[in-house]
Amino acid sequence: MNAAARTASTAAGATVRSSLAGHGHSSVTAKLFLGYLLFSTVVGLAALVTLLVTILQDGLPYLDSVLLFNAPSANPERAGARPAIVASIMIAAVLMATALPVAIGTAVYLEEFAQRDRWWIRLVELNIQNLAAVPSIIFGILGLAFVVRGLNLGPVLLTGALILGLQMLPTIIIATREALRAVPDSVRQGGMALGATRWQVVWREVIPAAIPGVATGSILGLSRAIGETAPLLMVGAATFVSFNPGLLTQYTVLPILIYQWIKLPQEAFQGLAAAAIIVLLVILVSMNGFAIWLRNRYERRW
Amino acid sequence: MIITCLAVAALISILATVGIVVALVAPSLEFFTEISPREFFTTTTWTPLFTPSAFGVLPLIVGTLSTTLWACVICLPLGLGTAIYLSEYARPRVRAAVKPTLEVLAGIPTVVLGYFALTFLTPLLRSLGWQVEIFNAFSAGIIIGILLLPTVASLSEDAMKAVPSSLREGSFGLGANRFQVATRVVVPAAVSGIAASFVLAISRAIGETTIVLIAAGQLPRMSLHPGDSVQTMTAFIAGTGAGDVPVGSIEYKTIFAVGITLFVITLVLNVFAIRMVRRFREVYE
Amino acid sequence: MEPTPAKTAEQTTRRGVQLAAPTAQPTSEAPLAEHDVVFECRELGVRYGRNRALRDVNLEIREHGVTALIGPSGCGKSTFLRCLNRMNDLIPSAAVDGTCRYYGEDLYAPSVDAIEVRKRIGMVFQKPNPFPKSIFDNIAFGPRVLGMTSNLADRVEQALRRAALWDEVKDRLRDGALGLSGGQQQRLCIARALAVEPDVLLMDEPCSALDPISTAAIEDLMTTLKSDYTVVIVTHNMQQAARVADQTAFFSVDQGETGRRCGVLIEMSSTDRIFTNPDDPRTEAYVTGRFG
Repeated sequence: MNAAARTASTAAGATVRSSLAGHGHSSVTAKLFLGYLLFSTVVGLAALVTLLVTILQDGLPYLDSVLLFNAPSANPERAGARPAIVASIMIAAVLMATALPVAIGTAVYLEEFAQRDRWWIRLVELNIQNLAAVPSIIFGILGLAFVVRGLNLGPVLLTGALILGLQMLPTIIIATREALRAVPDSVRQGGMALGATRWQVVWREVIPAAIPGVATGSILGLSRAIGETAPLLMVGAATFVSFNPGLLTQYTVLPILIYQWIKLPQEAFQGLAAAAIIVLLVILVSMNGFAIWLRNRYERRW
Repeated sequence: MIITCLAVAALISILATVGIVVALVAPSLEFFTEISPREFFTTTTWTPLFTPSAFGVLPLIVGTLSTTLWACVICLPLGLGTAIYLSEYARPRVRAAVKPTLEVLAGIPTVVLGYFALTFLTPLLRSLGWQVEIFNAFSAGIIIGILLLPTVASLSEDAMKAVPSSLREGSFGLGANRFQVATRVVVPAAVSGIAASFVLAISRAIGETTIVLIAAGQLPRMSLHPGDSVQTMTAFIAGTGAGDVPVGSIEYKTIFAVGITLFVITLVLNVFAIRMVRRFREVYE
Repeated sequence: MEPTPAKTAEQTTRRGVQLAAPTAQPTSEAPLAEHDVVFECRELGVRYGRNRALRDVNLEIREHGVTALIGPSGCGKSTFLRCLNRMNDLIPSAAVDGTCRYYGEDLYAPSVDAIEVRKRIGMVFQKPNPFPKSIFDNIAFGPRVLGMTSNLADRVEQALRRAALWDEVKDRLRDGALGLSGGQQQRLCIARALAVEPDVLLMDEPCSALDPISTAAIEDLMTTLKSDYTVVIVTHNMQQAARVADQTAFFSVDQGETGRRCGVLIEMSSTDRIFTNPDDPRTEAYVTGRFG
C-alpha cells in the first residue's frame, strides 16, 4: 500500500512552484512578488536588530553607576541620569493615579452603560478615535497654553504628567473597551438573571473578567507615555535638574535628557545618550514583559 | 451616582479636544490679525524669530512634505508587503514570531529612533559617498518610515484578515495560485482598510516631532532635495516652544498658527481614515 | 483493495498525462465504457496535526453522474470532498495519506500541479461566496487567472446559461454580485466554477444556506449538469441525496479502539439501494432516521 504521507504544507509549497511551471507568464511575477513580500518583512526585522546592536555598541561602555546615580553635569565624566530616572518613574505613578481611572471609567461607561444611538455618545466615540491620532506635539501646545496662561502651575512635574495623561487616554480607553467587549454577554445575563443590578454585574463580574486585557492596554499606554519627548519639551521639562524632583518642582525625564545629550557636541555625551537609551529601553522592556506575563497568566479564553 | 461619575470621566476626553481647539484658536486669531493669512500661506520665507521677520509658512510645509515623502516610500510599500506576507503566505508559527517582534519596533521611543537616524543612518549614507548634510530630510524620513512600518502592516493585516476565508477558498477552488488570490481577491476586498492604514500613517508621519527635531534640522527652506536640512512644522513648534519666547509676542503666537495648520491637516486625514475603516467593517460584519 | 492495473494503465494513456502538462488538449477518443471511473481512492485518510479526521476510504466515483456523500456531522464527508481537488493543501496542519487517482493518475504525485487539479475539478461551497466584484468579473475571474481570456464575454455567457442564471442577470452583468439573492449567488458560484471548463464539480452542502425554492432550482441544475460533468455533492439532507444522486456514499463516525473519533466510509452503492436495502445496519439506521 502506497501510504506516503505528505504534509500539506510541503504540498502548498509545491503549489506555488508547479503553478509557475504551468502558467508561464505569471511565474516570474509571482516569484518577484514573493521576493518583495519577504524583503518587506525582513527590512523591519533587520532595522530592529541594527538599531539594538548600534545602541548597545555605543552605550554599553558608558553604562555604569555614575550614569545611574549621578545628577546631570556639564562634565561627561560625572554626568548621570538619576533625577531623570526618578522623574520618569514618578510620572508613571502619577499617570496610574490619574489618567488610568479616568480612562477605565470612560471605557466602562461607553461599553456597559451608554446608549450607543445617542448623538453625543457617538460624538464621544468619534472624538476618542480622533484624539488617538492627534500628533503628540499638539498636546504640547495644549500644555504650553495652560501652563503659561491658564492654571499658572509653571513647568513642574505634575503638569507634564497631566499632559501625558490626556495624551494616553485614548490608547487605554480603546484597549479597555476591547477587553470589556471580549467578556461574553452570558456573564452579564447570568448575573442579571440572579437579580443583580447592572452596576453590580459590571463591578463584580465583568471588570474582574476583563482585568488582564485592561492591564495590558494600560501598561502599553504607560510605556508610550514614558518614552514620549515632544510634548514635554513644550511644557518646559528642564535639562539640568540636579535634585530628585517632587510633584511641584522642576524636572527632567529620560527622553528629554537623552535628547539634550544628543544635541551636545562632545562625543562622550553621544555615548551617554546611548547608555541612557539602554536604561530607558530596559524600563520599557520590563514594563512590557510584565504586561505579557499578566496576559499569559490571567487571560481566559471564552 | 457612580454611573454619573463614569459619564463625567467620558466627558474628559471631550474636554481635551475642546482644550486643544481653544488653546489653538485664540492665539491663532490674534496672529492672523497681525499677519494676513495670505502672507502666511503664500509667501516663501520663514524667519519669525529674526529681523526682518517673515511669516511665509510654505517652507515648513515643504519641509514636512519632504520628510513625509521619504517616510511613505518606506512604510507604505513595505508595510503592505509585510501585511500580505503575514496574512496570506506566512505559516502560523512564523506569523506568531514576526508580528510581535515588529510591534516592538512600533514601541521604541522616538527619541531613540532620532538618535539612530543621526548617529547611524546619516554617517552610513556619507560613508557610502552621498554627501548629505549632517541634518537631512532623508535620514529622518526613512527612520519615520521604519517607525510606521509596523502600524501599516498591522492595520492592513487586520483588514485582510477580515476578508472572509470563503473568498480565498472560492478562488483557490477555481485554480488561482497564492499570488493571484492575494492580489486579485484579498487586497481588492481589503482596499478600504489598507487605504485607511496608509492615510493614518501619512498623518502620523506629518505629526512626528522628535525624529525630525533630532535628525532633520532647524533650517526652514523651500527644498525637496533629500540630502538637505529642512525644518518641519512640528520641529518649528517644538524648537520654538522649548525656548524662552515671551508670552504674547508675535513669535509666541506663530507657534499656535503653525500648530493649528498642523492640527487641521492631520484632523482631515484622521477623519478620512476613520470613515474608511468603518466602511470596510460594514461590508463584512 | 488493490487498484486494477489494466484499467489504470488505460486511463493514464487516455487522460492522465494532462495533469502534469496543462497545455495538452483533451483527446477526443471515444470513451471506452459508458461510465468511466473518475476518482479511485484507496486507503485514503486525512490527519489534522495529530487528530485523524478520516481513514481507510476505498471507493470509486464514476463519470457523468451525481454522487452524494451523506452522513452525520463530523464524519469526514467534507474533508473527503476536499481531498478530491486538493483543497486540504491550504490547511497547514492537514496531511493526506493513501492514494487518490483521478482518471488513473495519482492526484498527490509530486509532479502534479494542485492548481491544474483545481482547474479541472471545480468546487462550490456551503455558503455562496461571490467576490465583492461585478457579476461579470466574478465569472471571468477563473478564466482570467488561468489565462483563458479569449472570447471572455462568450465564455461568461455560456457559463451563466449553463447555470440557468443568464436570463436573470444578462441586463446587469456590471452590477455587484453581492446584490443578488442567496439562491442567485449560489448559481453564480456554480457558473463561476463552470467558466473554467472543469470535468468535475464538487459541491459542499450547496443548498444548506438556501430557501426551498432556491434549493429546487439548484437540484434541477444538478440533474442537467450531469450530462456534461461529473458531480459530487456533500449533503446533510437525505431527501436531497435521494432526489438527485445516482450513487450514494454513507460516511459515519468511528470511535475506534483508542476512543478517538474518526470518519470512515461505511458503504457506497446506488442511491436506490442505500435508501431501500443497504448492506450495513448502520446505514439503515441512519437513512431511516434512528441515528444521527
